[in-house]
Order: sequence, then structure tokens, then C-alpha cells
Amino acid sequence: MIKVEHLTKYYGDFLAVSDLSFEIEEGHVYGFLGPNGAGKTTTMNIMTDCLSATSGRVEVGGHDIFEEAEQAKKLIGYLPEQPPLYMNETPAEYLRFVGEAKGLRGDELRAQIDKVIGQVRIEAVRDRRISALSKGYKQRVGIAQALLGNPKVIILDEPTVGLDPIQIIEIRDLIKELEREHTVILSSHILSEVQAICEKILIIAHGKLVAFDTPDKLERSLLSANEITFTTDAKANVVRALLAKVDHLTDTELEEREDGLLSARLKTDSKDIYAVSRQLFFAFAEEDQPLLELNLKKASLEDIFIELTESGGEDQAGDGTTPEEREDEAV
Amino acid sequence: MIAVLKHELRSYFHSFTAYVFGAFLLAIVGVGSMLYNLQAAVSNFEYVLSFGSIVFVVIVPILTMRVIAEERRQKTDQLLYSLPITTTQVILGKFAALLVVYLIPLAVISVYPAIFAQFGDVYLPTSYGSLFAIFLMGAALIALRVFISSLTDNQGLAAGVGIAVILFNYYSVSLSEYVSSTAFGSMVAIIVLILILYFVIRYLTKNEVLAYGVCFVLAAVVCVVGWTDSSKFEGLLPRIMKTLSLFERFSAFVSGVFDMTAIVYYLSVAAFFLFLSVQSLEKRRYN
Repeated sequence: MIKVEHLTKYYGDFLAVSDLSFEIEEGHVYGFLGPNGAGKTTTMNIMTDCLSATSGRVEVGGHDIFEEAEQAKKLIGYLPEQPPLYMNETPAEYLRFVGEAKGLRGDELRAQIDKVIGQVRIEAVRDRRISALSKGYKQRVGIAQALLGNPKVIILDEPTVGLDPIQIIEIRDLIKELEREHTVILSSHILSEVQAICEKILIIAHGKLVAFDTPDKLERSLLSANEITFTTDAKANVVRALLAKVDHLTDTELEEREDGLLSARLKTDSKDIYAVSRQLFFAFAEEDQPLLELNLKKASLEDIFIELTESGGEDQAGDGTTPEEREDEAV
Repeated sequence: MIAVLKHELRSYFHSFTAYVFGAFLLAIVGVGSMLYNLQAAVSNFEYVLSFGSIVFVVIVPILTMRVIAEERRQKTDQLLYSLPITTTQVILGKFAALLVVYLIPLAVISVYPAIFAQFGDVYLPTSYGSLFAIFLMGAALIALRVFISSLTDNQGLAAGVGIAVILFNYYSVSLSEYVSSTAFGSMVAIIVLILILYFVIRYLTKNEVLAYGVCFVLAAVVCVVGWTDSSKFEGLLPRIMKTLSLFERFSAFVSGVFDMTAIVYYLSVAAFFLFLSVQSLEKRRYN
């Protein structure tokens, strides 16, 4: 549906987007994730012809956005970070203008306006001035504008920024509904949000694509960075002897607690964390030593995000080493 | 383009802009015709238009100050870029809407000569010729102002610069009497203009080399011509100022001459500044 090839954008000497390439297929919700200033908005602006690229190509439904701008833009509905609203108009007037500019006329225009107003649920305020609406309603009017003309792709730049928690949930539900008819691309710097709505995630940092996968696979790709913790009432020297039988342990830490129990923290470089924990369990079971508690800690998406975006944009998805400080950030 | 035109018209008539503009124009022409045609019993309606033309200095900037500057401020320009319409259509739609707002009071005014003709001898061809000319002159000024508005996102600045530019244009003929007409004076003035051009090009293109190159070549040409044949610069500055004046050309119509070169001049000025406005909008895509 959308093909981005070797996209590069300089602002003067500042490199905002660097040789970015990816392809977006029809019918999913894509999340554009990156810290502030990573180049998300720049990329979205270029994809919607609001900005020119220094080099590279963007193709929408087979039309080059720079060469055949009109055909390409008919396939896209765009909501910029700040919704582009005419404050002294009503939503109905505003949507009429956008619909006409998208080439809708007469009955079709009226039908489409009624449809999108219903979709984003702004019937109650359709004849109030936009300047008097709450932020959540303004955002909905902005989304309604993007939906007019039934474009195949809806691009939303940080659609939930500045909204209160209830509004955020409403907008997220709305985005999920849109998925049935449209391909949705949304950007965010909030991880849980992208994790909750998106089927595929593009992580960009410093203008480069550092990861592009489903949330599950992204998590699995870093499973090797795992930790096992357990509590036992065995003695420290017994535990050490037992741990020596377990393979793939890179680091062990034992701590005698005040209640007489022993806590241990293990790190492993194995790709299969369950194999390690099974081995651990039987090692203790064979010697009749109880494991009172056994926990596995997987790398969360947040860990991946921090690691990928802090590493200067290098792709380290397969690397597998875990920085110590990550555990503080983990959820 | 039609969508932009309708949208702009709606916003002009929802706000005070169209009414203030129309009221101003009708008031000044009304006062003019009362003074000239009724009290002094002069049958030439074109004198009224000549008298009223100064009002353009104020009303055109009021009409046009928000045309593009406001889109920038509200960030709605991003919407215009992302819609499947070209920047040319946006500019033409906005310009056409301004012309409609401008034509409404002119339509009312066009009845005056016909009314006066009922009560005396009015030479209608001059009256309507002048009315036509003032329409084109206004169109050229509006196009100029659309361009100025496209340079900034500050309405106040857009209006201020607009008033200054049109006022200078209005008085440039009178001023031209006072500026130096010697070859040296004109040469210095032209070098200064080239310097200004340098800053304008640098601001618009952000390309130091281009601005420097263009202006260096121009300055070199001026110096070479001035050195070989300084008589070329004799009285050049006043001549340029007279040529550039939109208002000066209107006076020909008032004297009863239907000046085709002036018509072409107005149309070219309008087309030139609309072209620059499109470029100015396009330029925003590049930074």
C-alpha cells in the first residue's frame, strides 16, 4: 500500500530522516514508535506531501507522492499532530470544505459527512463552533476530516497527545474500529499505547528504522536477555553445587535474607528460557530441595524500545546482551 | 479550486471582513460622489473614482491580511498541503474569492453613473472605463497583498507591510519629483535596490550562493553600463518609480484614455504576484 524507499530529509545541516525504507501492507494498524525528535512527524509529513524529501521515494497505492500527488493523496487521510481546524467554523461547515476539496459533491458529500460524524460520534456538537469544543472533540473532528472521502490509509500523528485518560481510551477504541475499513498508521512515543492497538510496530530512532515487527515477535527476539529469580530454604553451598549442573547460566547472585531463606538471581544467555528453568527445577527436585518461588522475567517491549533507541540507531535486535540499568526501567 | 473559493467566501461573510471592506469602499465613493457630482455638479464620475482610489491603501490590506498568514498561524496550511488539490488551485481559489468580495461593492457603485445620467449629461464610456480600470488595479493590488501575506504567519506584520508597500506605490509618482535624477544618484539607488534584492532572494531561497551570484552579476552590469555610458542612468530612478506605480496608470483612464498597456500591466502584475504566492507556498514544503 505504501512503499518508502531510501527516504532522507535534511533541515539545513540537520539530518532528520536517514535512508529510511519500509513497506506498509493493506489492512493493519501500524504503530510508528520513537522518542521525541526521532523523525516520526517528518516521515509522516513527507508521506502526505506536506513536506518534500531531500532524496528517496514514497509510493502510495502505486502513485509516487511527488510525481502524481493528487492521485496519491486521494488514498490518504491525514491528521497532523495539531489538528488543522478552522476555529470559527462548525464541524459541519469544516467537513463540508474538506469533503469538497476531496472532490465530493451533492448527495454523496452529505452522506459522507453524516457517516463520518456518526463514526467519530460528534453528532451532538456538529453545529457548535470548533473553538468552543473540548480537546477530545477537536481531535475527533480532525479524525473525521481524515476519514472523509473514504481513503484507504489513515495516518494519525500522535492522536492521543494532550487528552485525558477517558478521551484516550475513546480515541483508541475509535482507531480499533477504523481498522476494519482502513489501513491505519499512527505515531506515538507512548509504548503501552502502541502495544495495545497496533499489530505491527516500526521503531525509529535518530531518523533510522531500528525495528519493524509485531509486538510479540519484538519481545521474543530479545528473549535471550532473560532473568530467573527463585527463593529457596536450601543452604548457600548446596545451591551453588546445584546451579553448577544447570547449563547456560551467565551470572548468579545469591542473597541470604533475614528470614533465613535464600534469594537467587540468575542470568542466562539461552534462547529458550523454559529449558533452563526446567533444568533448574529438576536439579533441585532430585536433591529434595524445595523451590519456594520461581519467576521468569522476560524483556518487555519497553526494554527493547529503550535499548534500540538509546544505542545510536544501530540495529541490535539479535544481539542479546542486556545492559544492567534495564531492570530499573522494566515494568 | 471551487471548494477553496466557496470556503473562503463563507469565511469572509461569516466574519466582518467582507462587510468592513464593502462599507469602506462604498462610504468613500459615496462621499466622493456627493462632493463632486451632487454639490459641485460635475458630471464626471471618474473624478470620484480617482478621489477614492487612496482608500485602497487601507482596505486592501484589511481584506487580505489573513488570507494566507492565518492558515499558517492556525496550522491549517498542513491540511491544504495534504488535500488532493494543488497549491495553484489554493491560491487561485483564494484570489477568486477576494475578487468576488471586491466586485460586490463595485457592482453597487456601477449603478451611480447610470443614475446620474438620468439627471444630466454623463459621458458613460469614461465612467465605466475608469470603473473597469479601478477593478483591475484593485485586482493587481490584491494579488500583491496575497503574496505579502504568504511570506509571514503574522497578520499584523502582513497588514503593516502591505499598507507601507501600497502607500509607497501610491505616492511614488509625487516622490519621484524629489529624488535625484542625475546619473550618479540613479546608479546609487539601483545598487541599493540590488542589495535589497540580495536579502530578499536569500530570505526566500536560503541560498547564499544564488543570492550573491545574481546580485553580483546585476551590480557588475550596472557598473559597466554606468562607466561606458552614464547618460543611460540620467533620470532613470524617477522613471522607474513612475513606471511601477499602479495608481499613476489609472489617471490615464480618468483623463478619458482607454489605455491598453495599463490593462496589460495590471494583468501582468496580478499574474506575477499570484505566481510568486504559489512559489512561496511551495517553498514551505522545503523546510
